[in-house]
Amino acid sequence: MPQYLIAMYQPDGGPPAEVDLGAVMAGLGALNADIKAAGSWVFAGGLHDSTTATVLRAQGGDVVVTDGPYLEGKEHLGGFTVVEADDLDVVLGWARRSAQITRLPTEVRPFRFVRDDG
Amino acid sequence: MAAGGDLERVFREEHGRAVAVLARVFGDLDIAEDAVQDAFAVALERWPADGVPPAPAGWIITTARRRAIDRLRREAARADRHAQAALLHARDAPPGPATEDDAVPDERLRLIYTCCHPALAPAAQVALTLQLVGGLRTPEIARAFLVPEPTMAQRLVRAKAKIRDARIPLRVPDEHELPDRLAAVLAVVYLVFTEGHTAGGGDRVVRDDLCHEAIRLGRLLAGLMPDEPEVLGLLALMLLTESRRPARLTALGELVLLADQDRTAWDRSLIAEGQELVRRCLRRNRPGPYQLQAAINAVHSDAPSIQDTDWRQVLALYDQLLVLAPSPVVALHRAVAVAELEGPAAALAIVDGLELGDHAVRHAVRADLLARLHRDAEAAAAYRAAARSTGNAAQRAFLEGRAAQLSGGPPSPARA
Repeated sequence: MPQYLIAMYQPDGGPPAEVDLGAVMAGLGALNADIKAAGSWVFAGGLHDSTTATVLRAQGGDVVVTDGPYLEGKEHLGGFTVVEADDLDVVLGWARRSAQITRLPTEVRPFRFVRDDG
Repeated sequence: MAAGGDLERVFREEHGRAVAVLARVFGDLDIAEDAVQDAFAVALERWPADGVPPAPAGWIITTARRRAIDRLRREAARADRHAQAALLHARDAPPGPATEDDAVPDERLRLIYTCCHPALAPAAQVALTLQLVGGLRTPEIARAFLVPEPTMAQRLVRAKAKIRDARIPLRVPDEHELPDRLAAVLAVVYLVFTEGHTAGGGDRVVRDDLCHEAIRLGRLLAGLMPDEPEVLGLLALMLLTESRRPARLTALGELVLLADQDRTAWDRSLIAEGQELVRRCLRRNRPGPYQLQAAINAVHSDAPSIQDTDWRQVLALYDQLLVLAPSPVVALHRAVAVAELEGPAAALAIVDGLELGDHAVRHAVRADLLARLHRDAEAAAAYRAAARSTGNAAQRAFLEGRAAQLSGGPPSPARA
């Protein structure tokens, strides 16, 4: 079945003070339970802040390692969920709930292919 | 023989239905479109010699389906997994009365909702709807929107690739998402219409064609969703606007204001149809922005002159519209009705309080109100500001003419 990435973009430096993180985590927990109950669940994860990122670039025969993140900006990929679904509308339904819970800009992209066999 | 003209007509009228049916059968929009193109190519060869078949749409769909299956079998034999999947889909697809003319209206409805899916950019929604549902060809769409043909072709290819790769489904939305999704469909059709009606340049004939196309789509939607009052409202709005086309421009292509139009030139049959639709949708008592705009146009089309217009009714409708769809542009148009009922000074106070920035229509309305108040110099300046901020050549010529009249020409006649 096709898989999709639901990616959340977070402001650098952590959430604004008025955000109730407990409520957000509880909301996401309930959403994840529903995704699992629907048989759509594949994998999810939250990332450390973008200041922890490291960038590698091949240059000539060498690879240069620098402090990241790769893209300049005030918002970066903060976390994601991978789901399986028959079509985009099903995924947009999950992503809509996620965006309502987190209030974060949320991007959905289909996987072109998936390898989980190494 | 007339088969060529017939074919073009059948292509436009039946393209949407044929693509929709075949997309359901094969589960793939590209295959469906190729198959339909294929079938029309066969028709182009055969119809002039054999005559047009009694059920042209059914013939196209049957031929497209047969040829697609032949082609997919050849490709599947070469281990093409995409072709194999499409064949399996076709085998499992519910048979559906694919060749009956009016038995499967929902097929096209699915296609329309796919073309107007919010995951597609608005410009792509418009182009896809015109191509797949309307049966317009890429060069025609490119010309109508003043876009180079390769740009339009690329826009369409990208949109279809997204439908395929992200798997945007061919489906009528569920009840809870229907209001938003229907609004998007209506917006696409109205955008096609306004592009044809007011756009800034290009070939007049191409533009008129765009209006006709939008009305054709509007009729299709009204047939598919007769219980949605906003669908009827949109069709009524387009018909009533279109009814004034013969009086909207002079022979030289200059714009004529509603107040100055020759009302005997208005198209009475379009007015009758539009007014009947307005009555029908308002009876449902679920007013929406399109219905109210249509109702306002219906009041105008009833009036023998601008003075004999039921401005109280117009104002009441604008009041309602302002509640349902509050926007400074609606407030601006409402001010025009206020001017007729309470005088230009009251209207000017409203217009000056609106946050519209450098808006051509606002400048033009202000100019007219100032002229009525005999503040000619300010009126001329406002007309010039309006001329500067419009992208439409006919409008600009008209506004500059007014400005010149007020600054140098004879004094403007006083109006009540």
